[in-house]
Amino acid sequence: MAFVTNLPLFTIVLSLFSGVLCFLLKGRAARRYTIVYECLLLVMNGLVLAYTIRNGTFTYVMGEFPAPWGNEIRAGILEALMAFVFLLIMVCAVVSGKRYVKVDVDESKINLYYALINLMTAALMALIWTNDIFTGYVFLEILTLTSCGILIVREIGRTTLAAVRYMILNLLGSGLFLLGVVLFYDITGNLLMMSMQEQIAQLAGAPGTMTLELTLCLGILTMGLGIKSGLFPFHYWMPDTYGWATPTSAAILSSLVSKAYIFLLFKIYYRVIGIRIFESLPLGNVLFVLGMLGMVFGSISAIRANNINHMVAFSSAAQIGYIYMGIGLGGLAGYTAAMFQIIAHALTKSLLFLTTPRLAEVSGDSLKFRDLQGSGIRNQSAGYCFLFGALSMIGIPVFAGFSSKLLFALAAVDSGSGKKLVLVMLALAISSLLNAMYFVRTAIRIFTEPQEKGRYKAPGRKQARGLKADYLVPMALLIAANLFLGLFSWVLVDLIQKGLAMFG
Amino acid sequence: MIENLGINYEEAVAVILFGIGFTMMLFQRNLIKKLIGMNIMDTGTFLLLASMGYISGRKAPIIENGIQKTEAYINPVPAGLVLTGIVVSVSVTAIMLALTIRLYKRYHTLYLDDIYALSIHEQEDR
Repeated sequence: MAFVTNLPLFTIVLSLFSGVLCFLLKGRAARRYTIVYECLLLVMNGLVLAYTIRNGTFTYVMGEFPAPWGNEIRAGILEALMAFVFLLIMVCAVVSGKRYVKVDVDESKINLYYALINLMTAALMALIWTNDIFTGYVFLEILTLTSCGILIVREIGRTTLAAVRYMILNLLGSGLFLLGVVLFYDITGNLLMMSMQEQIAQLAGAPGTMTLELTLCLGILTMGLGIKSGLFPFHYWMPDTYGWATPTSAAILSSLVSKAYIFLLFKIYYRVIGIRIFESLPLGNVLFVLGMLGMVFGSISAIRANNINHMVAFSSAAQIGYIYMGIGLGGLAGYTAAMFQIIAHALTKSLLFLTTPRLAEVSGDSLKFRDLQGSGIRNQSAGYCFLFGALSMIGIPVFAGFSSKLLFALAAVDSGSGKKLVLVMLALAISSLLNAMYFVRTAIRIFTEPQEKGRYKAPGRKQARGLKADYLVPMALLIAANLFLGLFSWVLVDLIQKGLAMFG
Repeated sequence: MIENLGINYEEAVAVILFGIGFTMMLFQRNLIKKLIGMNIMDTGTFLLLASMGYISGRKAPIIENGIQKTEAYINPVPAGLVLTGIVVSVSVTAIMLALTIRLYKRYHTLYLDDIYALSIHEQEDR
């Protein structure tokens, strides 16, 4: 076995150690350490990605206990790709949001914030790599706790209330997920995903047998993770949670945490149930419908929001709907589109959440639309970054959002069902239209001068320069990645399809 | 159907407990009651796991009197899972109680609707 095969485990274990180390360091040292460490992780994941592209998937057996007993990590192209993108966004969010962490977090607690970030990285990596469903549950809870932690570090009443509501829904989700895991354990007698799949394939050998039992158990599990990731009827916690958190947390929560839950759910469909059996269950259609409802209703709520962060958060609900629609659509094309959307949305949404506080900064620290009038002129770099993100969200060609919408449309054509084709096209059209309505409106607003001139002073030269160093580099990275996905989407589509081929 | 319920009464009770906890957590407006609901819900899951893992007439998997047959012992994994689950549940309860204390200190009430109404009137900052 090559040395590279150890690296996925290292990313988890080293992150846990880093979390402990950050408790001991002082605030500033912890921040520097975290940034350097996340860059190191990025390199390690790059190596794993290169290895899996060359040699295909590999399984790392912990403690050398063979298959039905031990605990396993499994890495393929898809997992390595997800881990790489997640870490890239993590680095960008930490670097770009650090000035706000200094303001929002009590000075004696800054090192704890970075400790939480490191623990969260461990949980994210574990959810991506693990091949054992109960390990998945444990790290899912760690992810829930750390995401609550990075939410409440900003000690204002609203974040505490948002955290309590977020936690209550998340705990309902965790409870359902645990019940689902226990039921599957009862059915199969295994916790390793591949062994479970063998058992389920035996039990449900002929199509039509065990449909009720599998649908029930999988439905419980899906509902749990659906609540946690913000599937349509459960999306109303999003605006308060993302809207009042410190920008780094908002970017991480919206673009990484909810995506990690979806990735785990997708992995369970693929590995525990087996994708063929999953497609024979009625559950896909439910996800399809809920996803489309989310696309429309999320956007409608976004139009009614009067606060830019609430608007961006509701648009997250719509984008999560796209992902579930892709999974529900089924077929290789549908899953590819869903995975592509995970990456595209994560890149765009973190860009938007890291930009909005900079627009607020030059508008008297207010996120309300009426105060943001002309903020794009007062802080031009932030204005243009927001414009980029908004264009990608609407789905203008050359941006990532366009490629993912195109992929969904192609997947609908591929599905071969006329009803689905019409529904997907309709949903895409309506959702794009609504997206355009609120993002264009906002873009116009931030680029028009306010009527009462001189309400907010443009920042002085010195302040503007201070903004740039830690801001422009991550933003440039995110925008470059976004444009890459838009212009060269076939590179990523190819990788995802290869990854899906070795995923099951 | 009814006979099966009679045989598997532990599982039935576990699912009923889970349902009670779940609805409490969703519909109670008082934070402490919500937390109690969460603990009942978790307990239901643990009961399900423990009752599934136990086979009557067998013993805990500690070798006694040199008997090494697997038929003499139960599977230790479900018990291990229950323990892990309890640890998770305890830590989650702790953090939720801490949050509740923080909210109570600020708003002097435990009812979520009242807290929400109070927080709306607070000055909105960034």
